[in-house]
Amino acid sequence: MIRLRVERRALPSPWASAAAPVLALAAALLAGAVMLAIAGLNPLTAYVDLVSDPFGSVFGWTETIVKTIPLILTGLAVLLPARMRLWNIGAEGQLQCGAIAATWVAVWTPLGHSPVAIPALLLAGMAAGALWCLIPAILRAYLSVNETITTLLMNYIALLLVDYLIYGPWQDPAGRGFPLSAPFPPAAKLPLLIPGTRVHLGLVLALAAVAATAFVLNRTRWGLEIRIIGDNPRAARYAGISLVRNIVLVMGVAGALAGLAGASEVSAIAGRLERGISPGYGYTAILVAWLARLSPLAIVLVALLLGALFVGGDGLQISLGLPIAVVYMLQGLIFFFVLASETLATYRLTARGRSPGRSW
Amino acid sequence: MTPGSPPPRVEMRGITKRFPGVLANDAVDFDVAAGEIHALLGENGAGKSTLMKILYGFYEPDAGEIRLGGVPRRFRSPRDALRHGIGMVFQQFMLVPSLSVAQNVLLSLPGTGWRIDERTAAAQLAAQAVRYGMAIDPAARVWQLSVGEQQRVEILKLLAGGAEVLILDEPTAVLTPQETRDLFATLRRLAAEGRAVVLITHKLAEVTAVADRITVLRHGRRVGTVPAADATARSLARMMVGRETFDHLHRDPVTPGSAAVELADLWAANDRGLPALRGVSLTVRSGEIVGLAGVAGNGQRELGEIVAGLRRPSRGRVWIGGRDRTGASPFEVIQSGVGHIPEDRLGVGVAPRLSVADNLVLKRYREPRFGRGPLLDGAAVAAHARQLIAEFEIQTPSPGTPARALSGGNLQRLILAREISARPRVILAFHPTRGLDISATEAVHRLLLAERRAGAAVLLISEDLDEILLLSDRIAVIFGGALIGVTEAREASVEALGLMMGGQPAP
Repeated sequence: MIRLRVERRALPSPWASAAAPVLALAAALLAGAVMLAIAGLNPLTAYVDLVSDPFGSVFGWTETIVKTIPLILTGLAVLLPARMRLWNIGAEGQLQCGAIAATWVAVWTPLGHSPVAIPALLLAGMAAGALWCLIPAILRAYLSVNETITTLLMNYIALLLVDYLIYGPWQDPAGRGFPLSAPFPPAAKLPLLIPGTRVHLGLVLALAAVAATAFVLNRTRWGLEIRIIGDNPRAARYAGISLVRNIVLVMGVAGALAGLAGASEVSAIAGRLERGISPGYGYTAILVAWLARLSPLAIVLVALLLGALFVGGDGLQISLGLPIAVVYMLQGLIFFFVLASETLATYRLTARGRSPGRSW
Repeated sequence: MTPGSPPPRVEMRGITKRFPGVLANDAVDFDVAAGEIHALLGENGAGKSTLMKILYGFYEPDAGEIRLGGVPRRFRSPRDALRHGIGMVFQQFMLVPSLSVAQNVLLSLPGTGWRIDERTAAAQLAAQAVRYGMAIDPAARVWQLSVGEQQRVEILKLLAGGAEVLILDEPTAVLTPQETRDLFATLRRLAAEGRAVVLITHKLAEVTAVADRITVLRHGRRVGTVPAADATARSLARMMVGRETFDHLHRDPVTPGSAAVELADLWAANDRGLPALRGVSLTVRSGEIVGLAGVAGNGQRELGEIVAGLRRPSRGRVWIGGRDRTGASPFEVIQSGVGHIPEDRLGVGVAPRLSVADNLVLKRYREPRFGRGPLLDGAAVAAHARQLIAEFEIQTPSPGTPARALSGGNLQRLILAREISARPRVILAFHPTRGLDISATEAVHRLLLAERRAGAAVLLISEDLDEILLLSDRIAVIFGGALIGVTEAREASVEALGLMMGGQPAP
């Protein structure tokens, strides 16, 4: 009698580790095709649109890059705490807080018309994102409150705060009752990198953040502390590394990165505080970080792919009249298959009786 | 075997078992007769457990055959093996703590149907326990039992399942000398009734005490099988290691200096909030090794954790190097010059997925030599690693290899290298040689003695009395969270220490 059973690999298979995300992506697209077919659409047409819109033209490419920028920044905001086994599900809320703070600087302070408007609003956005993330961080560090839940719940508070402001005290009197803030003064608009497109300075900031994160993790004493905590918190404590200090620091930096995404989005793209500054970048960021296998450099590529999915999704809405939910469905499927593939990289199926590694 | 004699109860012929990269068993022959206690002796990784897990149906051999009473058999699972009368007691017990002894035994039996007659079972169990000299209350909950008693439950489970061949994997590792003696008496009685007993061990003293025959394995091969009557500890050690061992470590006389660690009236709770330490006072001086003996779970872990700054005492004070370090953080304790060889190497002592080089600076990456300001100098870390790998003979493919790829002995060398190279004035050594083979153990002992000579104060926490007697200047025995006595090592005997470990003060 042969019984199949799942057993842990002695070491994660290097082949499986590399192939897993690719296979997961393929499986997700396959499952997505089934869904689209059930909805009565030709999956092939939809997928062709999904690829040709973001990559088929110069305009498509630049729009993809525009979506990539906040995905890189929020992806890092998920990645950095995850390297320490902290789950920041709150990048979306931190992004919104960054947008709020940037709007405040641009619209409600004299700084908005000054030459230092851009650095001021970016810094304000980072500070607000950091503060928003520090609330769950401090609860986690000192009271062991589960940060997964608190960061998630803080998202809803942030979104409602935005609603309150744009329907209430910050509503543009010239906006004919629409829920919008007053527009940013020209001095507070993030400069464009390529004229005639929407690609803005945020791209440089995002790539710099990627480089800085990779550098900190691999080349600094602090990075070593983060890696030790992430690998074995008990060993970290044994080595005299302060968990409390590192939780607060890392979550603070993560919030600042997401806040920077919010500030740059509101300043460069929307130009005013409004609903829909983010189509869920902060949630997609979780997928970005996992697909990148928590590697900062890989985040650039993954963010580009998922940015393309947003652009392609916009295209599908127009050409095939599909709802944006198609994008979320595909994202969900990708995430589902990525998580499943993680298991396959770490475990394997064997027939009973075969040697389960060296364990005598 | 002489022609005409009955075939042995169990006969294994030419057993070969290969794991990725390792030949765990190489054409090993082994047999055990009814009524015999057969010891399987060898260093860690010699292939003892693999061979017995094959007999127990846990692994299938790549080659070779198993005969029971002369009939070839193949076992597909442990349950299959037990049906043929073969059972095994592992080092990790498989008991349900919240159930009673009788319930645990009932639980282990296959297909008892819907109705369970617990009272009859308990009565039968009690009778069997008495018959084999295993004092145990069938109604007691397993969590209330001592380790020795839990082991008896495991044996009773096998007997209830009809085991005729009992395999015990390192059964004495967790027992006091008295409990060990009781276990051996039980095993002899089981053998006298015609059962076959296999004892896996690497302790030389106990095999000559209890076994009828001894088979020695080395590097997966059988070195030989000898009658216990013809064997001496020295001859067996030679077979195990393949060379003469050095029983006599060179212990220079060292005049102890000032008190490096002073513990005064320490009280503390364990992780479950129960009292673990009840007023422990102990001093360790520079140039001195103090052995803390005791059966696991009597407060030694909590004591060590308090000194290391990992646990706060509820009462009492800790001085390190003359400074009050009560309630100090682990970082402050490290800065006071305390090296700590933790009990749980993989779980506490290293970051397993980080490289050997990173693990060698686990506590020292803050030092100026490993980088400027916030930067970490990878070249300096690697150079430091290469130096320690050479000096402490750590077997690793490269400094970049993840620590978890190292064997137990090399992992311990890594930890020792890191802790000792920092020139600590105090060393906390928890079970520093547990699970290590003879040569690795020797290396650890030599390192600890060298540190003592260099003026370090060593607190050695070990369950191995031989080790404590070999290394210590003074020996403290802990029982139930209190020190039951502190004696000069040269005046101590195994017998007296064993009694104290069992809770009886020295006469």
